[in-house]
Amino acid sequence: MSSAADTHEHNPHLAHHFETIEQQEEAQSMGMWLFLAQEFMFFGGLFCAYAVWRFTYHDAWFEGSSHLSTFWGGLNTIVLLLSSYTMAMGVYYCQIGDTKRLTNRLIMTLGLGIVFVAVKLQFEWFPKFHDGVVPGQWWGPAGHYADMAAFPEQGHLQLFYFLYYVMTGMHAFHMLIGFGILIPLIVMSAMGKFGPQRFMAILNFGLYWHFVDIVWVFLFPMFYLVT
Amino acid sequence: MANATTTDHIDIPERDYAAPAVHYLNWQYTASSWLLTLDHKRIAILYLITISIFFMVGGLFATIFRMELLTPEGDLLNADTYNKMFTLHGVVMIFFFLIPSIPAVLGNFLLPLMIGAKDVAFPRLNLFSWYILIIGGTMAVTLTVTGGLDTGWTFYSPLSTHFANTNVFLAALTVFVTGFSSILTGLNFLVTIHKMRAPGLTWFRLPLFIWAIYATSIIQILGTPVVAITILLAGIERVWGVGIFDPYLGGDPVLFQHMFWFYSHPAVYIMILPGMGAISEIIACFSRNRVFGYEFIAFSSVAIAIIGFLVWGHHMYVSGQSMYAGYVFSILTMIVAVPSAIKIFNWTATLYKGNVVWATPMLYAIGFIGLFAIGGATGLFLGILGLDVPLHDTYFVVAHFHYVMVGGMVMAYLAGLHFWWPKMTGKMYPQLPAQVCAVVIFVGFNLTFFPQFLAGWMGMPRRYHSYHPDFQIWNVLSTAGAGVLGVGFTVPVFYFLWSLFYGKTAGSNPWGARGLEWEQCTSPPDPHNFHHTPVVDHIAYPYTGEETLSV
Repeated sequence: MSSAADTHEHNPHLAHHFETIEQQEEAQSMGMWLFLAQEFMFFGGLFCAYAVWRFTYHDAWFEGSSHLSTFWGGLNTIVLLLSSYTMAMGVYYCQIGDTKRLTNRLIMTLGLGIVFVAVKLQFEWFPKFHDGVVPGQWWGPAGHYADMAAFPEQGHLQLFYFLYYVMTGMHAFHMLIGFGILIPLIVMSAMGKFGPQRFMAILNFGLYWHFVDIVWVFLFPMFYLVT
Repeated sequence: MANATTTDHIDIPERDYAAPAVHYLNWQYTASSWLLTLDHKRIAILYLITISIFFMVGGLFATIFRMELLTPEGDLLNADTYNKMFTLHGVVMIFFFLIPSIPAVLGNFLLPLMIGAKDVAFPRLNLFSWYILIIGGTMAVTLTVTGGLDTGWTFYSPLSTHFANTNVFLAALTVFVTGFSSILTGLNFLVTIHKMRAPGLTWFRLPLFIWAIYATSIIQILGTPVVAITILLAGIERVWGVGIFDPYLGGDPVLFQHMFWFYSHPAVYIMILPGMGAISEIIACFSRNRVFGYEFIAFSSVAIAIIGFLVWGHHMYVSGQSMYAGYVFSILTMIVAVPSAIKIFNWTATLYKGNVVWATPMLYAIGFIGLFAIGGATGLFLGILGLDVPLHDTYFVVAHFHYVMVGGMVMAYLAGLHFWWPKMTGKMYPQLPAQVCAVVIFVGFNLTFFPQFLAGWMGMPRRYHSYHPDFQIWNVLSTAGAGVLGVGFTVPVFYFLWSLFYGKTAGSNPWGARGLEWEQCTSPPDPHNFHHTPVVDHIAYPYTGEETLSV
């Protein structure tokens, strides 16, 4: 068995502890899928808590949900699905070697992601904070949400909004992490670091981004469309 | 395995008594070459030092509350301080010692060596995992000195969410952060085992230690995130004042217990499976026999990982969960004991007609089998629905899980450390003190925890700083045992450190053991592990039973 050291010279992207580039790519891909399995269990805990209270306090869920804006939620769903599309196209352009379009698509993905978070804060979270829809000691629906104050089980209603903030907040936090990864990827892409020989970072980030999108695809009906 | 018989004539390499001039420990000396190292072997040493310190801290807490328990009255500590002591003992020992112990120290060191790889799949992630543990450890120290934690390591609501006046939120964050160290280590190991095995090293040629690490990693990846989010929710709810688990605010504490034990029961398998892996290696080596029923031991590890996810409700028989759920959990608890029993029987069968050598690691391994058998069997008592009701929250439970965690995992960890120490450092520790020490630990352990079975059986509840005077005799015995145990745990520190400077050069294979890390690696290993990628053409443990060994 000859040492693989001589073949290392040919591919600068091959880390020293891998024998072949295929082995390296398979390892990176598997690592990402396992990370997503971990993420699945992480959100799974939240979904479990949601399910328990959704079935126990159905009336409160209905009342809380009817005060969420299907318009802004729906718009954000479209924005996020579009960003998934641009990300998928980014992976495609990376693999065919069109780095200019890759950079372009990554910037579009980042832009759509920022739109999502901005809409969420500006049109969903901040007005609720303003009108006292904050679970816990500051709870006191007023203004646009004043009629919620008449709901008999305020504690159950708070539970709905607590899960709403925690789950959409955890989702938004994952998007912020995504921004933190996207920005260096955009810079590296503009410097021409990616191409058909080196696309695992783009592919793996794409997987992450799609995962975060899928979480939202579940969150949207769970919170906005309860009847 | 049709091709598994090509084992009869393996040349045992000549014993090589010379240490290599350049190895992973001495090829660079700077602080940054340690703190920024990507070498799995150096990272293992970093973990070894870190968790040894945490073990001492956790032991110190235990020493303090064992002294309190010498007398029935609460005279040394008041109730609040006592609660903090046992809570911090649990948190430190579980999250900062037991969970990282064998996976992060021995696993990191051995996994690439055993499968013939140059490193783990993601060396940077590996180093990052260690730094996460350090960040978590710093948070743990901070929370200890700024008010402590008194909820028990289980964080049960409503105590944690409503009543406790201690640092619950910081503690929740600590567990959350530290969990990611465990998750990322498991991820790294799974990918490494899948993708980086040497040519010819098929799944059924892997050492059983690798199978055990594999099963452990599955639990780490699938279980840990659930407890992370659960404890984070409890922490947020405490700060925010909303009840998801707190019944005063409309929440459900049983939901917390379900979500907590969904991880924390499988977590006890994180704390025992890797130990079982180490024991398989050691039993085979020192009985000079092939492991009896290799496939059964391998699959029993995976079976424990899978079934272990389905038994969490046996912690909750008295919580008010559905009685029918209790039936199912009780039956599943009986089933999860089967793979553990398979291992015990197979190890015993491996000893049968073996050429048993009473080297230090073997003493620990035999101790492990006995103590784990007691710990496991008493687990079955507790898994029986009716019997658990009177035994719940008594010292019987405390004794049971210490037999598994200390009698099992700590013994296995020490066995592994004594077994692979010559490989890690190139030096051999003195046998006689080490053998005596193993016996001292065994005796001290039993003296500490066996009386707790009796006290618990008679109804002494856990987690109180004062108790009925009738129980004093058992507590005095237990505290005396803890003293013996403390000596037993301290002495190895000295002879291990001594061996670094004055120990005999071990040579590449001082035990005459089989496996890539012994047969193809120097002691200490080269910075890049192997000069040539090994090729494997035989099953694991091709011992013939004829080699002799004197230690």
